[in-house]
Amino acid sequence: MNPARKHKLLKVSFLLAILALATLLIMYALRQNISLFFSPDQLVKGEAPLKRSIRVGGMVVPGSIQRSNKTLQIQFDITDYKNTIHVYYRGVLPDLFREGQGVVAQGRFNRKTQQFKAREILAKHDENYMPPEVKSALSATT
Amino acid sequence: MIAEAGLFSLIIALFFSILLVILPSVGVIKNLSILQLTAGRYVFGQFLFIGIAYLCLTLCFLRDDFTVIYVLTNSSISLPWFYKFCAVWGGHEGSMLLWVAILSFWTLCVSQFSKHLAEEIRVRVLVILGALSAGFILFVITTSNPFLRQFQILHAHGRDLNPLLQDPGFLFHPPMLYMGYVGFAVAFSFAIATLWLGRVESAWVRWTRPWTLAAWCCLTTGITLGSWWAYRELGWGGWWFWDPVENASFMPWLVGTALIHSLVVNEQRGQFKAWSLLLAISAFSLSLIGTFLVRSGVLTSVHAFAVDPQRGLFILFFLLMVIGGSLLLFALRSQTLQTEKKLNSVSREGAMLLNNVFLFSAMATVLMGTVYPLLIDGLGLGKLSVGAPYFNTVFVPLMIPLFILMGLGAHLKWHSDCLKTVLLRLSGVAFFSILLPIGILFFCAKVINPSALLGLVLAFWILFTTLKAVWNKRQSRGLFHISQTYWGMVVAHCGVAATIIGIAVSTNYGMQEDVRVALGEQFNFAGFQFQFVKETNLKGPNYHGVQTQFKISSANRSVTIYPEKRIYNVGQMAMTESAIDVTPLRDVYVALGEPLDSYTWSVRLYYKPFVRWIWGGGVMILLGGLLALLDRRYYKT
Repeated sequence: MNPARKHKLLKVSFLLAILALATLLIMYALRQNISLFFSPDQLVKGEAPLKRSIRVGGMVVPGSIQRSNKTLQIQFDITDYKNTIHVYYRGVLPDLFREGQGVVAQGRFNRKTQQFKAREILAKHDENYMPPEVKSALSATT
Repeated sequence: MIAEAGLFSLIIALFFSILLVILPSVGVIKNLSILQLTAGRYVFGQFLFIGIAYLCLTLCFLRDDFTVIYVLTNSSISLPWFYKFCAVWGGHEGSMLLWVAILSFWTLCVSQFSKHLAEEIRVRVLVILGALSAGFILFVITTSNPFLRQFQILHAHGRDLNPLLQDPGFLFHPPMLYMGYVGFAVAFSFAIATLWLGRVESAWVRWTRPWTLAAWCCLTTGITLGSWWAYRELGWGGWWFWDPVENASFMPWLVGTALIHSLVVNEQRGQFKAWSLLLAISAFSLSLIGTFLVRSGVLTSVHAFAVDPQRGLFILFFLLMVIGGSLLLFALRSQTLQTEKKLNSVSREGAMLLNNVFLFSAMATVLMGTVYPLLIDGLGLGKLSVGAPYFNTVFVPLMIPLFILMGLGAHLKWHSDCLKTVLLRLSGVAFFSILLPIGILFFCAKVINPSALLGLVLAFWILFTTLKAVWNKRQSRGLFHISQTYWGMVVAHCGVAATIIGIAVSTNYGMQEDVRVALGEQFNFAGFQFQFVKETNLKGPNYHGVQTQFKISSANRSVTIYPEKRIYNVGQMAMTESAIDVTPLRDVYVALGEPLDSYTWSVRLYYKPFVRWIWGGGVMILLGGLLALLDRRYYKT
């Protein structure tokens, strides 16, 4: 092999190595960091993984919101009209969190107690807005 | 009447843009220079009538003409006039009109400022811009007409502009971002025109460079403004969320940055010709993909407006035509420009090539994360979302070598250099940029956070190597003979360093807490003493709410800030107006959550050291771009 060719081959393999590394990183990161979306019905039926963070979406059941007097602990139910789960959260809720409106919670589900411990509550859109996942989850049930 | 006049002038503008496509290109094919010379007139006509259409829509807003559906849904009687003025781009239809208006503005600029170009290339560029314009005007008229009327609701007061948008940030962020997005259309048209012509002259770079820089500066401004706005307005306290729409603006920026660098190599060494063309095509294609992602409603995001499959289909079709067509043209014609010299990997141009590789792969990872949920959903494999952790995992490792390279590249000579001597020369700098951050963190912060340290090391490395490069240049050439473009590079690179410092320190040493506070209560957070002093009722033009007073005191400073909770009258939508105590070295941020009992609130607190540096760096990057843009060398004929 002549030196020029060898040089070129080195360069190409270097670029390929970077590319492979990038692809590996992407695949790894996607595996670790996607969060899947489920409806309360799917959670109750046990279709959701329990060991990782997931998203659950549905309507906040009117009258189900309970606050603690001392801390920022809050508890409410979300439903897809088939099944209902309890959601626990501690912290400040987003402005658009309301009874009877769609909400998405991110966190983990405990199958035994049927409780969803939320790390984050998402409801950051305008008043007419329904998160598409919630919309399709709700329309699938009716 | 005004709305009809607006629609009518939009249709006239469409005719002008169709004329602009057809007649001059007939002129090009048949070689009739009379037809070619008419292009300028159509450009002017197109700009004039789109301008009239835009003014008509603005007038509809200012006159509260609620028979126009778009005005009805995006404005209200009680909205302050300056928000009415910019509510034009508060929804989908109007922002597409703004897009078209900006495209016609850029086209007019090209037509006016490129008179010194050879007629054959100038006409081709205008024809391509005309074709893009025709496509988008057609899109506005057929699928998103802002002038549609309704006569069911007669005595309406309007549904009000989305409260999220009622902020000074909204005056500047969307237009600047669009200026950037659409500005890449000019570089794109130059690339296509060059391929159409079939030969890349070295002058191509000289023509494209100012336009690319101008678009890139606008995009930089738009992104920086957007980041700052999200931080202060939404009460989320973050400056970047990896939201799909943020990504949509960030991807063209990454490729645009790569393009600016490859154009430098093109100019200095006559290399990377085909690659630069491809980058110019990609930058604009990504802008179009961004528009598709945002406007088609396929993505869940703060920025997504109404969902309408017809629009998505139109943009998708347009996207395929433009991207597919230009890539095909590139594939067919790019062989004609193979005049590449051999590239030496240890050289300035080698470093630039690596820079391009990293920036492009960074863009690819962002693109992947953004469209992955769509792909999975489209294939019916379930619904998922790709969050910030993904982007942080893939993006940061790609940036680290890029930043190291940034310092190294400035010290490599063109053509070829010896890596060993350069490394030896820079070893002192490397030593200091590792030692100094350790020292700083050791004395100023109690804990040394490894990722903050890494960020600071990279930032200092960039800063020191850049300054050393200036020093060397001063010794060899004299301070006053350094070109303005070079100063632009220096300022922009230091800006990157400032942004890295801001990001590293604020994410790793920032603090956040949600607390429950009653009136009069005192508490401590992040070394500051807080007191909830007062709560008063608030009445604005189109909202009511509560204003609170918080006193923040530390050893040597005491300030009072006024976080608010507003409820907008029309939609009864609650909005948090956070209050921030700003100093150059840290922000203390208070956002009201919700009322719990009487005079008791849930409150979110942030302590963000150095967070201002993120946007400060953005401003420096912009300044660098402007310095390079205004370098007079490029405008000598």
